[in-house]
This record gives sequence, structure tokens and C-alpha cells, in this order.
Amino acid sequence: MFTARGLTKVYPMGDVVVHALRGVDFDLFPGELVVLLGPSGSGKSTLLNVLGGLDVPTEGHVVYRDHNLTEAGEAALTEYRRDHVGFVFQFYNLIPSLTARENVSLVTEISTDPMTPEAALELVGLSGRLDHFPAQLSGGEQQRVAIARAIAKQPDVLLCDEPTGALDITTGVVVLEALAKVNQELGTATVVITHNAAIAAMADRVVRLADGHVSGVERNRTKVAARDVTW
Amino acid sequence: MVSRLPLSALDRKLLRDLWGMRSQALAIALVMAAGVSMYVTYLSNFDSLRRTVDTYYEQQRLADVFVTLKRAPERLTDRLRNIPGVEVADTRVVASVTLDVPGLNEPAAGLLVSVPSGTRPLLNDVFLRQGRWPDAGRPDEVLASEAFCTAHGFEPGASVAAIINGRRRNLRIVGIALAPEFVYSIPPGEMIPDDRRFGVFWMERRALAAAYNMEGGFNQVAFSLTPAAQEAEVIASVDRLLEPYGGLGAIPRARQFSAWTLENELTQLQTFGFLVPLIFLAVAAFVLNVAMVRALALQRPQIAALKALGYSNRQLAWHYLKWALAIALTGAAVGVAAGGWLGTAMIELYNQYFRFPELEYRLSADVVIGAVAFSLVAAALGARSAVSRAVQVPPAEAMRPEAPAHYRQSLLERAGLSRYLRPTTRMLLRTLERQPIRTGASVLGIALAGAVLFVGFVFIDAITELVDSEFQVRMRQDVTVSFVEPRSARVLYDMERLPGVVYVETQRTVPVRLRAGHRERTLAITGLPRTPTLNRVIDQYGHETLMPATGLLLSSILAEVLRVAPGDDVTVEVLEGARPVVRLPVAALVDDAMGLQAYLASDELHRLMREGNLVSGAYLQVDEARMSDLEARLKLIPAVAGVALTETMRQSFRETMAENINIQIFINVIFAGIIAFGVVYNAARISLSERSRELASLRVLGFTRQEISLILLGELGIVTAVSLPLGSLIGYGLSWLIVGSFASEVYRIPLVVRASTIAWTWIVVATAAVLSGLVVRRRLDQLDLVAVLKSRE
Ligand SMILES: Nc1ncnc2c1ncn2[C@@H]1O[C@H](COP(=O)(O)OP(=O)(O)OP(=O)(O)O)[C@@H](O)[C@H]1O
Ligand SMILES: [Mg+2]
Repeated sequence: MFTARGLTKVYPMGDVVVHALRGVDFDLFPGELVVLLGPSGSGKSTLLNVLGGLDVPTEGHVVYRDHNLTEAGEAALTEYRRDHVGFVFQFYNLIPSLTARENVSLVTEISTDPMTPEAALELVGLSGRLDHFPAQLSGGEQQRVAIARAIAKQPDVLLCDEPTGALDITTGVVVLEALAKVNQELGTATVVITHNAAIAAMADRVVRLADGHVSGVERNRTKVAARDVTW
Repeated sequence: MVSRLPLSALDRKLLRDLWGMRSQALAIALVMAAGVSMYVTYLSNFDSLRRTVDTYYEQQRLADVFVTLKRAPERLTDRLRNIPGVEVADTRVVASVTLDVPGLNEPAAGLLVSVPSGTRPLLNDVFLRQGRWPDAGRPDEVLASEAFCTAHGFEPGASVAAIINGRRRNLRIVGIALAPEFVYSIPPGEMIPDDRRFGVFWMERRALAAAYNMEGGFNQVAFSLTPAAQEAEVIASVDRLLEPYGGLGAIPRARQFSAWTLENELTQLQTFGFLVPLIFLAVAAFVLNVAMVRALALQRPQIAALKALGYSNRQLAWHYLKWALAIALTGAAVGVAAGGWLGTAMIELYNQYFRFPELEYRLSADVVIGAVAFSLVAAALGARSAVSRAVQVPPAEAMRPEAPAHYRQSLLERAGLSRYLRPTTRMLLRTLERQPIRTGASVLGIALAGAVLFVGFVFIDAITELVDSEFQVRMRQDVTVSFVEPRSARVLYDMERLPGVVYVETQRTVPVRLRAGHRERTLAITGLPRTPTLNRVIDQYGHETLMPATGLLLSSILAEVLRVAPGDDVTVEVLEGARPVVRLPVAALVDDAMGLQAYLASDELHRLMREGNLVSGAYLQVDEARMSDLEARLKLIPAVAGVALTETMRQSFRETMAENINIQIFINVIFAGIIAFGVVYNAARISLSERSRELASLRVLGFTRQEISLILLGELGIVTAVSLPLGSLIGYGLSWLIVGSFASEVYRIPLVVRASTIAWTWIVVATAAVLSGLVVRRRLDQLDLVAVLKSRE
């Protein structure tokens, strides 16, 4: 689905430059669940942003099916995000002035074949919180609304940046279950960033990043169910 | 409630965000409303007046050209009619008289105008409001002007005594009337209307002619022109034809006193209707911009997330632009309502000044649409840069936590004062310094509010100055007497012997036409003693201007009209007596406030006229205790055509003009107050929402409310303090601009700034700041620590 070759991302910071990515090759296949592991600052988020069309690499190229993301302009990237990608942000990024349901309809209103916001929230176990505003939800609930928002459009790819980062085990597991369920039931190719090696057990493939390089790729023989992940 | 409406999620966000910042949005909307209501008030009045004037002129056939002369025989009429370009020529007899009005101590001035018997005048037709046309056989029957009758409560049947050609006669009012040439009228030699002391009387022609030995003759002609006529050529022909008959120079309608005043008023309404709202709306747009920039900065993570979710820049830009437009629409709605209301009040004022058969207020769709469009455009312009910048946020930012802002030590700290500063003070200073543009914008916003206020107050100063300089510095005489005809200076002794008269100074006025190239004006040259002590020449700031040793002293407005400067020559065509034509140098200009004046030393004027010591009027200094004796005597002197009492003039000036202008100033000040509060409140509220997280954290760390208030209110205080002088400066600039646009041929307004103006401006702005501070302080006390720290926003 994705073919990324030689991705380099350089941030100029005054006199020095920061190399967030130094020649990363990455592939993602349909229906796959990939976990991105790596220490802080290793370039995980940067890679995910490039895949999601939020950012463009300094060098290298990314092709999503027949879309060349490296050469796409602002408008084409917006369209790409709208039609194909679901995002789950590390910091939820819910719109505070909209309820859970409305935060989801924000996405369903602009996509072609969405599920209903209610169904999406049901999927993440939030049927009882439809009309709550973000400020009236716990951190885990907010994160699940964010996941519902990402999956409601039935995207082709789901990109999640530390979806459990701020959550305790129990809530984290609920969130992971929701992701796994979407991955299995809808066949959505999913990339999950985490610091938590235990989560890697539920992936089809684990990609490790270190200092802007891919330092290793492993394929899991047996996937552990999300509810059995412990940390 | 909102969720049931079939609105997109984004529109719901719009409504809730607006609701969340409703007090701020309202404050901005009110600023817009102020501008819009000014626009609506002025332009709807312009519209109503324009319509009324045009229909009135057409229905009553107001003439295109007017001319007054000494006397011409009736048979000349045919030749006047045959001038190419003339459609209709209508002759008549007019005469100025002194009136003795029952119940009025001082003498009043009257103008007798002849009307044909049996038919209506061909031009300048009279509109009969009440009563009937004078009977041909009854020479004492007259129609009287409505304004005069209303002022005295006269109904048909009342009578007034007039000194007609030296004889006292009783005029019986049989009808009450108006005419298009007297929509606006003032007693001769005065500055503003005084309906009690000036009346127009229409009298049957034969009766009037008989009283003035004008049988078979006329002394005024009105012309209407054919559509293709060249006005200037007609005027030249008329003047040539009437020269032997003492023609005083034909004037086009544009310079007929009443029509000219009306046109000036209309132009002013139109200029004001654009200029003032423009200033208000520019301020509103600016405030909106500042508010949007800062509100959108708070929305940054949301914008990034929305973009990451697939919303395009255009969708988001439109979303945020709708914020601004919603605010503008609210403002426009309030403004149109307020403007309509003020407009009606203003028409009432005009109804006191201008006499129409009917002046109705009309708020046309055009004005409303214009107002709405005006405010939408202002809002869009104000929001545009803020919105387009905000939607440029890279979507990847949604994936990152917000980077801590860059701070550095503030100037005071770098100057080594840091050990005197508490941590909260340091935070305050660093914040102000870190965002110079934001701080600058707040300063400028508040300064603009102060500036608008300043403009309002400057007009109070200007009027006060005008009244002071006119009545205290310029006119030191108590009474101004004008004679029917120029008289020998011996009249001085007669005047001195009148009861109560302490001192007499004479005056000679001569009707002339001044020419410089193809520019010309018909006016009177005033001959004054070389060192006048009573009626003096002063500039608009009340400084006396000395009479030049030789040559003319002109109002600078007149010099502008004629495009002449000191040292240039002008041609003076005298329109009286032997009608000499001479060239005189312009010796000096006086930057005065009122109208078109030309002065010449009286000895020089006599030489020019090849006449002895003639006078056209006298200025009297009077013992106050004997004033009423004097008034009673003056009424009876046949040679006296008009009497103006300085004190009465001053009073009526204050009562009418000043009151009128005060209403406008009051409106200005109210609106400026709204702006001041709106701006300051906005600045404070935005700071609060920007920093609530930081402040809440401080509270959690153990800082007291006082301490965190200091950070926020201190910021507000410093910003306000800096803005005060800046506001006065900008206000001065704006006043200069407006005063400049005010300068018409009728009058100009002196730009004077009193210390009290600056003080009042500062007090109002500071009060607005304190009030906003209190509101913000209350919010700060209610700061919900948990809620603020919980969400990332
Ligand atoms: N906008 C930016 N400007 C400058 N440097 C940046 C920017 N974004 C990321 N970086 C740098 O690029 C490198 C990679 O950052 P990235 O966010 O991809 O790391 P990460 O692997 O996601 O780390 P973490 O696990 O802490 O989220 C880091 O060294 C970071 O400091
Ligand atoms: Mg990261």
C-alpha cells in the first residue's frame, strides 16, 4: 500500500540542523497492523506524519497506491487525507466546543462512505457518552472518541501516534481492542506508534526506528489479542 | 437545542465558539454598530433631505438665477425674457423692513416680497399652508412665513406692525406660507436662524409697489433656464442688461443663500456619512483583527487537527471568516436599528432649521444594504489576514505538543533591575516584550478608542471656541444697526444721542463682485476704521488681525475660492452708486471661521467709491440698564433697516446651534465610549483566555489571586497607560482630517485642543480599562483550575 524509499527529513534549527529521518525505507501492506517502536526522538512521529500527508520529506519519496505523496501539493494532500487516512493523535485533539458525536460527524460529513457517528462510537464502547463534551470525558474516553473519529470514515489506513501514551492499562487495553477490532473487521491497514514494547506483540510486523534509521523489522508469527497485552 | 438544527458539525462549532466568546464578540459588534448607525443616521438623513429638497424645488419652481437691482421699469421684462437660455423671467418687488412684533421687545427684521394678485408667481411659488391668498383690494393683507408665525403663535387674523418706507403700517396675516427660496433663512447680518426675529411676508404686488414708489417697476428678477442654457452666459447677459438699473449681480441657484446652505449641509452629511463610519469601522476592523489573531492562535491545535482530518484551507478559512461575518451582521443589525432611531431624531432637528411643507424621515433599502455591505466588508478585511495566516498552520502540528514559547529577560531585567522585581512582575514584563506586535496591537487598539473619543471632545472645544471668539472677541458691540440706505456720517451724532448709547463706531458695506481670473464671488466689502475697537477682524482662534495699511483683507476661505494669495490683485466691481471697477491688491488673509468676508479700511473704501463719509450701519456700545429703552426707540426709526443685538444672537446661537451640535457630540462620545470599552475589554479577555492555563498552573503552585491578577491586570494597565498619549496624537490627526472636511464656504471649525479634552479622553479610556479589569478580575477569581488544566486547549 505504502512504499517509502530513502526518506530524509531535516529540520533547520538556526545554525544546526536536526535530522529526524535519515534514509528510511518503509512498506505497508493492506490489512496489516504495524507497530513502530523506538526511543524518544528517533523519528517515529515524523515518519507517521509523512505517511499521513501531514508533512513532506526533505528527500526520498512516498507512494500510496497510485498517489505520489512527495510531489503532491497542499490541495492534493488534503484530498488524500480526507479520502484515505484516519488519524489518532497522541494528544487527542478533539474540538472542545463539539460533543463526542459531533467530533465524529466532523469527519463523517466530509467523507464519501462513512459509518454513522453513533456506530463509530459504539465500536469504541462509548455509546453512553454521545453528547458529552471533551471536557466532560476522561483521558481514555477522549482518546477513544479520537479513535472513533479516525475510523468513522472507514479509512484505508489508520495512523495512530501513541494512542495509549497517556492511559492506564485497563483503558489502554480498551483502546487497543478498538484498534484491533477495526483492523480485523474492516481490514484497515494500521500503523501504531508506541514506546511500549509489550504492545508490539499484537502486531503483524514490528518496525524499529533508532536515530532516524530503520534498525530492525520483525514479523510476529503469532499475534497476541489486544486484551491479553500487559505492561 | 443547537444539536437539533440541521447544521454541519463545523457550523455548530462556529456557533458554540461564538457563544463562548459572546461578550467579546458583542463588544466588537457594538463597535461596528456604532459605525453602522452613524452611517445610517447620516446617509438616511441625506437621502430624506435630498428627496424632499428636489421635489420641493421642482413643485414650487425654484428659480435657477436670481438678481436684485435698484429699480428697473416693467418694460424691461420682455428683454430679460428674450435672453438666450432663459425660459421664464419673473419680476417682483422686495423690501426689507423693521417689524414691531407684539410681545417682542427688540425690533425684528422682515422681508416683504410681492406676489401677483389673482395668479401664482411664475417662479419661487409660495406654498400656502393655512389661510388664504391676499385680496387684491386690501393692501394690508399678507401671507407670513410659517417659521415666524410658529415662533410667535400667530394664526391667520393676527397682525404685525412694520415700518414701511418710513411709515408704520399694520400687516394683517391672512395666510401662513412657505417658499423654496426660504427653506433656510436668517435675520440679515446674523449667523444663525432666529425665527422670532425674522419673517418673510408676501404682499400683493400693487400694494407693495405703491408703498415703495415702485409702480411700473421691479427690483428683483428670478429666471428659470432652458435645459441647454449656459448659466454663466445667461448671468453675464442679465448683468449687462441690468447694470444701468443698479443690478447687484445675478447669482445662480447654487449661491442663493438658502439653496447654498442646504447644499452645503447635504454635502456635509454625505462626507460625514462616509468619513465618520469609515473611522469607526476601521477601528472595528482593527479590533476584530486583533481579537481574531489571538483567538485563532488559541485555535491552532484545532486547526491543525481539522486539517489533518481532511479539511481544506479554504473550508477552514471560510469557517473562521464566518465568525467575523456573524459578528459584523450582529453589529449591522444593531447599527441599522440605532441608526434609524437616531435618524428620526436628526430629522427632527432639521425640521427646526429647514422649513419644508413636509420633511419626512425615510430609511431606504439602499442605505440599509450599504450599511450591511460596509460592515461585512470591514469585518472581512479585518479578519482576512488573521484567518489566512491561521489556516497556514502545518497539519503536522496537531501531532506535536505545543512548544513552550521563547522568552527572554526583559529590558528592565537586562538593565540590572532584576533583583527589585518579583517573579510575577518579571512574567508580566517578559510577556509584554516577547510579543511586541501583539502588545503593540493592543496599545494601538485602545489608542484608537481614545482617538475617536478625542475627536468627539474636540468638537465641543471647537464650538466653544467659535462662540467665544465670535461673541467675545470679535463682536464687542452690544448692538449692530444697519441703515436702509447709506447715510452721511452725521448720523453718528444722532446715534450717540439715543438712550443708553455709550460709544458709536461706523461701518460701511458695499456690494461688490470680486473677480480673479474666471473665478468670482458676489459679496459685500466691509469698510472698517483702521483700528476698530468694537467690531474687529479675528481669526478662527480668536486672535485679532490688524487692518492692513492698504489693500484688501480677505477671509482665507474666500482667497481659496478665488485662488488668490497676498500680493495678488483682484478686480472689484462695485454694484452700487457709480459702479466703479478697480483693481485692488490682496494685502493679507484672515483665517476666520465664518463665511466669505472682505475688509477694507473705510477711508480707502470711500476713496474707491468717490464718496464722502457715508456709513451703512453703526456699532453701538450700550449701557445695559437702558437697553430696553434703546430697543423701543430703534424700532421706530425709519432709516433703520435692521437691528442685531449681540447678546440675543449669542443666546440663540447657544440655544440652537450649540444644542444641535451637542446632540451629535453626545452621540459621538457615547459611541467612542463603547469603542473604548469594547477594545479594552477585548484585549483583557483575550489575555485571560491565552493565559488561563499558565495562571491556573501558578495558582496550583500556590500563588494568590492577587499575585496572578497582577500579571494580567498589570499587563492591561501598562498597555492602557502607553495607549493614552498615543490615542491623543491619533485623535489630533483625525480631528485635523475631519475639521478639514468640514471647511465649507459657510464656515469652518477651529481646531483647538483644551487640556480638559485630553483629560476627559484619558479618564473615559482609563475608566473603560478599570471596568474591563474588574470583569476580568471576577473571571479570574472564578478560574476553574481543574477544567483549565485538564484539556490541552
Ligand atoms: N518541527 C520540528 N522542528 C525541529 N525539530 C523537530 C521538529 N519536529 C521534530 N523534530 C526533531 O526531530 C527528531 C524526531 O522527532 P519525532 O517527533 O519524529 O520523534 P519521535 O520518535 O516521535 O519521539 P517521541 O517518542 O518523543 O514522540 C527529534 O529530534 C525532534 O527534536
Ligand atoms: Mg512522537
